[in-house]
Amino acid sequence: MKKRFYLSLVILLVAGMLLSACGGVQQNSGASGNVLNVRVDGEPPNLDSAVSTDNISFNLLNAVMEGLTRLDKDNKPQLAMAESYTISPDKKTYTFKLRDAKWSDGRPVRAQDFEYGWKRALAPQTASQYAYILYPILNAEKYNTGKAKAEDVGVKALDDKTLQVKLEAPSPYFLGLTSFATYLPQRQDIVEKYGKQYAQEPNKMVYNGPFVLASWQHNESYTLKKNPNYWDKATVKLDGINFKIVKEVSSAINLYKTNGLDYVPRISQEFVDAYKSKPDFKPVTEATTVYLEFNMKKEKVLRNVKIRKAIQMGIDTNILAQNIAKEGKPATALVPPTLQGGNGKLFRDQAPGYVKFNKEEAKKLLAEGLKEEGLSQFPTMELLGDDTDVAKRCLQFIKEQLRTNLGINVNIRSVPFKERLQRSQDGNFQIVLSRWGADYDDAMTFLDLFLTGNAFNRGGYSNPKYDDLIKKAKMNPDFNQRLQQMVEAEKILIQDDAGIAPLYWRQRQNLERPNIKGLVHHPFGPDDDFKWATLNK
Amino acid sequence: MGRYILQRSIYMLVTLWVIITFTFFLMHFMPGSPLQNEERIPPQMKALIMKEYGLDQPLPVQYVHFLGNLLQGDLGKSFQYNGRDVTELIFQGFPASAQVGIQAVIFGIVIGLTLGVIAALRRGSWVDNLATVIAVLGVSVPSFLLAGLLSFYVGVKLLLLPPAGWGTWQHTIMPSLALSALVIAQMSRYIRTEMLEVLGQDYMKTAKAKGLSRPTVVFRHALRNALIPAVTILGPLTINIITGSLVIEQIFGIPGMAWLFVQSIQVNDYPAIMGVTIFYSVLIIVSIFVVDILYGIIDPRIRIAGAKE
Repeated sequence: MKKRFYLSLVILLVAGMLLSACGGVQQNSGASGNVLNVRVDGEPPNLDSAVSTDNISFNLLNAVMEGLTRLDKDNKPQLAMAESYTISPDKKTYTFKLRDAKWSDGRPVRAQDFEYGWKRALAPQTASQYAYILYPILNAEKYNTGKAKAEDVGVKALDDKTLQVKLEAPSPYFLGLTSFATYLPQRQDIVEKYGKQYAQEPNKMVYNGPFVLASWQHNESYTLKKNPNYWDKATVKLDGINFKIVKEVSSAINLYKTNGLDYVPRISQEFVDAYKSKPDFKPVTEATTVYLEFNMKKEKVLRNVKIRKAIQMGIDTNILAQNIAKEGKPATALVPPTLQGGNGKLFRDQAPGYVKFNKEEAKKLLAEGLKEEGLSQFPTMELLGDDTDVAKRCLQFIKEQLRTNLGINVNIRSVPFKERLQRSQDGNFQIVLSRWGADYDDAMTFLDLFLTGNAFNRGGYSNPKYDDLIKKAKMNPDFNQRLQQMVEAEKILIQDDAGIAPLYWRQRQNLERPNIKGLVHHPFGPDDDFKWATLNK
Repeated sequence: MGRYILQRSIYMLVTLWVIITFTFFLMHFMPGSPLQNEERIPPQMKALIMKEYGLDQPLPVQYVHFLGNLLQGDLGKSFQYNGRDVTELIFQGFPASAQVGIQAVIFGIVIGLTLGVIAALRRGSWVDNLATVIAVLGVSVPSFLLAGLLSFYVGVKLLLLPPAGWGTWQHTIMPSLALSALVIAQMSRYIRTEMLEVLGQDYMKTAKAKGLSRPTVVFRHALRNALIPAVTILGPLTINIITGSLVIEQIFGIPGMAWLFVQSIQVNDYPAIMGVTIFYSVLIIVSIFVVDILYGIIDPRIRIAGAKE
């Protein structure tokens, strides 16, 4: 008996050691040379640009790949794989000439690689969840939804160096879109060679960007090295980048303090106060708007414009943005200030905001609105929102504001993100705290949401005048006129109709060592661009 | 004994089947779909993708499909990881979780055993009181608090060990220590109580009367008998630690599988949820079984169905 007991103990210990042995992978950390240590909060699912949907993948793809264009520090598209381009007079045909660039395996980057990559993302069997970003291309939507063939799609390699793209409508933002992950080129031979395994390991893909993926310890870290085959390698100053996967922000900050990390993007709000006054603190304004949506399909009282207006004016968004959410600036309209208007100028510069907190006016409007509806009091409603810390604080504040400023009672309902989406889709809400982030650098990415019948127009806002303006703007080859139409439409939505109540424009807060220079941040698409970054150690 | 094992195996399979069935249907009641880009995907496209994944079929059909694949050892492909095999994901994460867990159990046993024995031998002394305090703290202070304190003081202030990360043995020390607090506490309490009981038995007097040396009495006669209950808690405790290290893995940035589990549930990654659930269930069911068998080996009084043998 004794022997057997000891035997089982020994087996347990040996088993333990064996298991531990396969867990330990050696990895040298700490910076050597011109290497940046960056925190990342998760693992990219894989690096197949045709199916990527998440920030982590977008960021990494932006470092190891390159599309026809690359966004510079002002979010303006710069020529990248494309050396030049021409636009037809009707602004619907783009012809790109490719430069002499190479993949990391030495093969030239060809126009066919673009055609293949884009069509692969659109192919229904790829089931890409970002395929709709290619919809500005002629027949792209039809092919994606099985109503047209691959040959009908408006992208064609005329020869190895010439790519012709036909669009559905004149789109001033199209050039910028070609920097986006789904628009990256893909090599047919490599994709087919690895099949399902494609882009799941560093050696199962090829690169054409400033860096290459050198190693990838799943769930632990991945490292980039400068790409010696990159066409613009003289510009790239970093020798490499170590991405360390640290899920907990507080742990990442501990590592930052002990010099294990040089750059910690997206710190959570509880650390903002501690770093706010230090040079390491770098907020980046995103192209994301947080707003209240009213369910006008279901709630008769919310169909009254004066009542919506009262709610829109009755919330002090200054306090909300700066003291409660602590992650942005108060919003005075729908389109965030970082987005383009389509004629080379920022949209917000052409159309300042409309919403201003005004308690007295709001009270008056509410009283009038209720009278029109024949009500003596606003019925108690449910205010739906996410269950994140930030969302909960915002919901609480809005509830208080509505109660004290307007005498409106709402019950808060905080649910997980997925449930909030489901309820919004099903129209199962009264007022919901929503947000939307830009897909591309143009005000249209926000404005077409509120077209009658748009799937994301959850509150059911509808105004024929608005629809007309947006539809005209979408087809308008005169980009100055197009901008005016969009400005007018937004004014109708926000000022005349109070279709939504804008709350704040979000920003993300980063910790970045002051000796890092040239690290570029974007308000949409990939968060960062490391191509121009330098580090003075 | 053979019949007993066979019978138990059948029960184990039934248990597993019940768990699988419950989890399968419960997870489909969660709101939302497994699409990652659900917030902005156009509805007609969503329908096409759901069809592509086979999620448009009625639940019972999906269930039969799933069971069929499972019988062939195929756990399916993860949605959130763009089609990586669930089995691959589990075996990527498990070694790290297991390493930290097993180290924690070993720390726990060694420290807990020592504390327990000393406390029992020096009952009422300051050592005993100290052991009691440690035990109370170990049970009542949550491991994530301990982890946070360790990471901050040992990692950031004293710079003795890396505050987070993975890769070298130094990285494993603090998480293992933080996790082992519970084992230390439970072990030392069990051993102390059992030691005290055993020390009061008549055969201990006999041993002393025979003139055996004190170490021999304590280690060969007392401790061995006191170990029996300790071994019985070891199985479930080990599993608890290996599987329950979620927060610890988060705080120290360990590439384990706890995160996979939580993340899969948050994003409705059905195949991953099922895979991890099945993996954990098998681990727990088998370990309970092994402990039951071990009882019989260690202590003949508890031989379950082996009366005839």
